[in-house]
This record gives sequence, C-alpha cells and structure tokens, in this order.
Amino acid sequence: MKTSEIRALFSVVSRPEVVSLAGGMPAVTALPLDAVGSMIGDLVSGMGAQTLQYGSGQGDPRLRERICDVMALEGITDASPSEVVVTVGSQQGLDLVTRVFCDPDDVILAEGPSYVGALGVFQAAEARVRHIAMDDDGLIPEALEEALAECRANGDRVKFLYTVPNFHNPAGVTLSEPRRQAIMTIAERYDLLIVEDNPYGLLGFDHEPMRALRARDPHRVIYLGSFSKTFSPGLRVGWVLAPLAVREKLVLATEAQVLCPPSLTQYAVARYLDTQPWREQIKLFTELYRERRDATLESLASLMPAGTTWTRPDGGFYVWLKLPHGLDAKLMQPRAVNAHVAYVPGIGFYADGSGREYMRLSYCYPEPDQIREGVRRLARVIEAELDLHSTFDGVDTGAFRTARPAPGHEAEEMVGPANSDTYEDGRA
Amino acid sequence: MTESTATSPAADAGHSGLRAVVLCGGLNFEREVSLSSGTQVVEELARAGLDAEVRDADADLLPGLAASPADAVFIALHGATGEDGALRAVLDLAGVPYVGSPAAACRLAWDKPAAKSVVRASGATTPDWVALPHSTFRELGAGAVLDLMVARLGLPLIVKPASGGSALGVQKVSNVEELPAAMVSCFAYGDTVMVERYIDGVEVAISVVDLGEGPQALPAVEIAPASGVFDYTARYTPGLTEYHVPARVSPDVADRAAALAVQVHEELGLADLSRTDAIVSPDGEVHFLEVNVSPGLTETSMFPMAVEAAGFELGEVLARLLARRAGIVRR
Repeated sequence: MKTSEIRALFSVVSRPEVVSLAGGMPAVTALPLDAVGSMIGDLVSGMGAQTLQYGSGQGDPRLRERICDVMALEGITDASPSEVVVTVGSQQGLDLVTRVFCDPDDVILAEGPSYVGALGVFQAAEARVRHIAMDDDGLIPEALEEALAECRANGDRVKFLYTVPNFHNPAGVTLSEPRRQAIMTIAERYDLLIVEDNPYGLLGFDHEPMRALRARDPHRVIYLGSFSKTFSPGLRVGWVLAPLAVREKLVLATEAQVLCPPSLTQYAVARYLDTQPWREQIKLFTELYRERRDATLESLASLMPAGTTWTRPDGGFYVWLKLPHGLDAKLMQPRAVNAHVAYVPGIGFYADGSGREYMRLSYCYPEPDQIREGVRRLARVIEAELDLHSTFDGVDTGAFRTARPAPGHEAEEMVGPANSDTYEDGRA
Repeated sequence: MTESTATSPAADAGHSGLRAVVLCGGLNFEREVSLSSGTQVVEELARAGLDAEVRDADADLLPGLAASPADAVFIALHGATGEDGALRAVLDLAGVPYVGSPAAACRLAWDKPAAKSVVRASGATTPDWVALPHSTFRELGAGAVLDLMVARLGLPLIVKPASGGSALGVQKVSNVEELPAAMVSCFAYGDTVMVERYIDGVEVAISVVDLGEGPQALPAVEIAPASGVFDYTARYTPGLTEYHVPARVSPDVADRAAALAVQVHEELGLADLSRTDAIVSPDGEVHFLEVNVSPGLTETSMFPMAVEAAGFELGEVLARLLARRAGIVRR
C-alpha cells in the first residue's frame, strides 16, 4: 500500500462515526477560549500597528524572553533571548537546522522509530537516516555508540543525532536520567551534535520535568521547542535555541523562507504567557491526557489478544503497540477503517521500511469513552486478522503441483463449475 | 465507438432552473476520490449553467432532501453504499429521482463475480475466475484450495476484493509463493476474494452514456500506467499513467469494445451511465473485467476523458442526465 492509498483511507477518519486513534491533535477546547479570544481581539484593536505588521526575522524580543522562562522549567537556565529564533512551529525549526547542517548523503542518527515529520524533513534534504534502537528507557546508549563507530569506520558524515527524549513520538517512552548522562558522554567522545526536539516535556503525568539535554551542554545541543502542545498548534509558534554562530545562519535561512514569523501569533503567545495562568493550564491539560492515557491502557489490558504488547507512557500523547507475530499494521488498515477505527501504521516512523508490526495510538484527542470503543474495535480487527493468518500462514506453496503461466489459453477453454453455471460437458 | 455513432447533446437542453443535488463523500475507502468527483461534477454543472448543491451521504441527507427537495440527485459516491444499490434503494423509498442505475442492477454490478457470470452467460468473454469467502479456505484448508486455483487458473493471477473500486486491494501474483500473503492483504478489504486469470494485453475503459436514445459507447480510453500496474496510485496521481483516447486499437477492436460495453450495460440492467473495464489480448479479443455504475469523475478519471473525446461537454452531459431524471420516481 502506498502513501496515496493511506491518504485515501485517512479521508474517512474525519467522519464522526470513526474513532480516530491516529491523529496527534491537542485538546485545544480545554483552553479558556473566551479569554484567549478577547486577548487576541485586544491585540488587534489595541496594538494593530505592531501585531499586523512585519516583524524581526529572529522573532519578537519579548516572546524570546518569555521562551527563556519556559525553558528554565526544564533546567535550561543559561539561555539568552539572543540565542532564540522563533519559528513557524518547531517543524520549521527542524527544517532550518537540517538545511543549515546537511548535504545530500549525510547521515542523521534518529531513534527507531522516529517522528514522521522529522523523517520527511530529512528525506527532503536527501540525508540518510540511521535508526538507533530504543527500549522502555528510550534511546539505547550502546546502540548509539555502535552506530557512531560503524559510521566512522565507513567514512559516513554523521551530522547530528535527532532525538525526542520526553514522551517520544511515536514510542511514548522517556529517556532515563542515567541514559541522558551516558548519551552526553558519548556525544562528547565522538564530537556529536545533538538536536533535541522537546514538544512534550512539560506534559508529564507522574513527575517533574526532566533536565533537558541542552541544560547539560549549551554548545553541543540545539534545542527545539514548541507551544503547540502547551498552548495551541494552530498558532504555529515554535523556536530553536542554538549557539550564536548557528543562530546567525538560522536567521538568514528563515528570512529566505518566510521573511519573519507571523507577528500576531507571536504577540498572542507572549501576551498569553504574560497574562494567563499558563502553568495551571498545562496542569489541566496533563490531567485530561492522564485520564485518556488511563482509559487507553486499561482498555488495551482487558481487550487485546495474546501476543500484543505496548508501551506505557507517563506523559505525552502516544502508545506504541506491537501486533502479534506475523501481523502487518499497514495491510490490516482497510479492515480497521471498515470497523471505523483508525491508527497510524508503524512503517511511517521508519526511514528504512521496517516497523510493519507496529502502530501508533494517540489518546490525546478522543474522550475516554470513545477511546474504550476504539480499542474494542481495534481488538476485534486484530482478532479477525489473526484468524486470517491462521488460515493462510501455514500454506506450503512448495507442495503445490507445478503451475506455470498459461498464455494463449482462452477463457472459453477453461470454463468450469467454479466460475460458470455451465458444466464442461455442456449440461446447464 | 467512434464519434459518428454518438449523439451529441443539444447545446441548450433546457435544464436551467433545475434544482440538483450532488452526493459525494461516504464512509469508505473511496471517500477521497468521491469528494474529488463531486467537486468536479459541481464545477462542470456550473459551467453548463446549473447550480448544484453538494451533500454527503450521512444522517443529515434524508432530512435535508425532505426539507428541500431536489429535482434530481447525481450520485458521485464511489464504493459501498453509493454503488452497491443500498443508497439508491433508500432514494427510491424516499421518492427522490436520481441519475444512474437502479438499485437491483447496482447490486449485481457491485458483486464482481455475479456480474461476470451474467456477462459470460450473455456470450461475452471474461477471464476465468473463482470467488471464495475466507471461511471456505479455513474449512477446506487454504493450501488445498489455493493449489486447485493455481492448477486451474494458471499464473499470473489477479487477486482482488469481490466488490469495491479504484483498484484498492488489487494485486497481480506472478509467483505461487506470493499467493498466501496476497490473499491475506486482499481479505482486509472484504470477506470475499476473487481470483482471476491474468490476461496480458491492453487495458481499456469504455464509458457508456444514455441521453435518451439508448446506451451509446464513447471512445475507449487506453490505460498505460508507467509502473505497468494500474493501481490506486497510478489512477489518481496525475502523470503516473498515460491515457490514449481513443485507444490505439484497430477499428474492429474498437467496435467490439464498444459493443461489449453496451452489451454489459444492457445485460446488467444499468441506466444512464456506466464504465466497463476490459483487456484487449494480443489476438484482439476483448475481455470484460468489471463495470462501474458510478464512474470516477475526477480530473484524472476516464469517463470525463471519453466524454471530451466524443466532442461533448461533460457539464452538458451531466445536466442532460439530470434533466431526464428530474421528477421521475422509481418504484
């Protein structure tokens, strides 16, 4: 099945009859919409001369100050607003970083699986992605070191490690503290640049935010941040925190792309951070996501057939599910759409075609009752697929009688009871 | 069929003021294609001077049609509901006139093995096939049944869902080792799979339209996908498939292809418009593959190409069909 077919299947997902565990849409209706609305209205009516005008390519200075305050929550206390570049979502930030650093055929190391939007950026840059294995504690340092050694031996140009350390998309896992230290040590040893993509770090359910990789080394780590999950993805405001020399290049690149990030949405975020109880709002979001995560994990535990396994996220949006042996999430998708449940097949999160036995389930958007119904439908889909495999998997085609293409045999010569209401001897 | 045998719709068919509703969307794999067809239909109708309203086939449809009745409905829904006769049966119940084939004929055309049986019984050629549900393989043993299929039908084989369009789930199996996996992935689309003998040749699509003087075949469209396989991607990605209209076949083959499409249209009891897909083998034989009661009307679809090749305006043809059906309730 190709991308266009997947898009076709997904066109059904927007219908209310379908439970979508596919999209990663934040629950924006949990925001104080009236307050945000009047705030934005005031920005236009009271400050239109600024908010509706071009702005600086690097981004609004006031917003960059506030971004530094936000990053301090994850241990980045030495960031200067001058090192921050505001971008159109962190997606543009990643694109800029990749453009600045990568030439065709360069190697980028990334977790396996990795964020599909990042893989798209790397593909557009014609870079090669080498996946690094992960487990419940995130990226495996030994696997990283092994990959670096191999790349070095092969003469590959490794440009950076791309990692989502917190509540990984799609795997749902978080890089443990010992591994953070180990990875920084390896990066030092191999002179490896790290691109830390951290959209979910403040959305933990069980513990305080972990100390960012960037907090441990301001020169070796480029940090990507976003307001998409903590405030609104529709505003498209993200940022890059990079050493000054890199920042210069990023600003030139962003000016070439978009001239400047949108003024109105930057002012909106800055005003929101200045005037609204945004920390409390993040707590409200996390409580809501925690409830949905619980509904997902409880339903999976009670409904999934034997042989199915999944990760148990303690923050963020995603569960990464592994199907019973032999099942293929992508090939199974038409059955799921027929059953009115949607997920994202795992293969999309790998650059090398692997991941067929995995799927990503997002619990961020549907209500708990919908999640339970969606998991119920998904369990039935998997059971039906298992039934199908039990029929066909054991077939030994080697034992078939010889069969060759039979060109020249006209259909009329082969009329049989299987496909005709006439017998070969002419009986009706 | 050539242009000379088709009757051109009049420049002004007197359809102005007609209240038309175009149904598109639906809840199946072909939703995206249907939305695209529906948009195209509305644009073409607008070009022909007719305002049409777009509606999805959802819970708002019947109340909407009751509150604001249409003179006629155009069904641009693809896949189940739109093509299997179900929606048309409901429109009949509701007394809503629509363009296209009646419910029972749609049900027959939707069931590809059943349609092939009828077409073969009428004397036309169609590749040998067998259609079986999953339960047959489970109960009789998949290995034994597949072995028989291969022995009987040979290789390569075409494995396709017994119903559904846009080539979703269709696979060509050249090696016997690929067959079990092809069956598994095809059964994900539905409970019955049709396995058909592969016929090597030129793929053609022959559109049929009935503007009041009986079904007429439009020039056949020849399909030459760059990849060699006319799958979903090749169908709906501009540039991935070369189309030749009229098809590069001899006049004799073109006539027989046209005759086949009209024969299929009539034998299955279809009405107004249809598109027959066929293969022309090297010996010139035209083999029926399947017929579509709601042919795609997107920018890359073959029905609009055929209409254009016949010298017609698509909007005029669609408007004429709507005008003919306006006010006619089927029972």
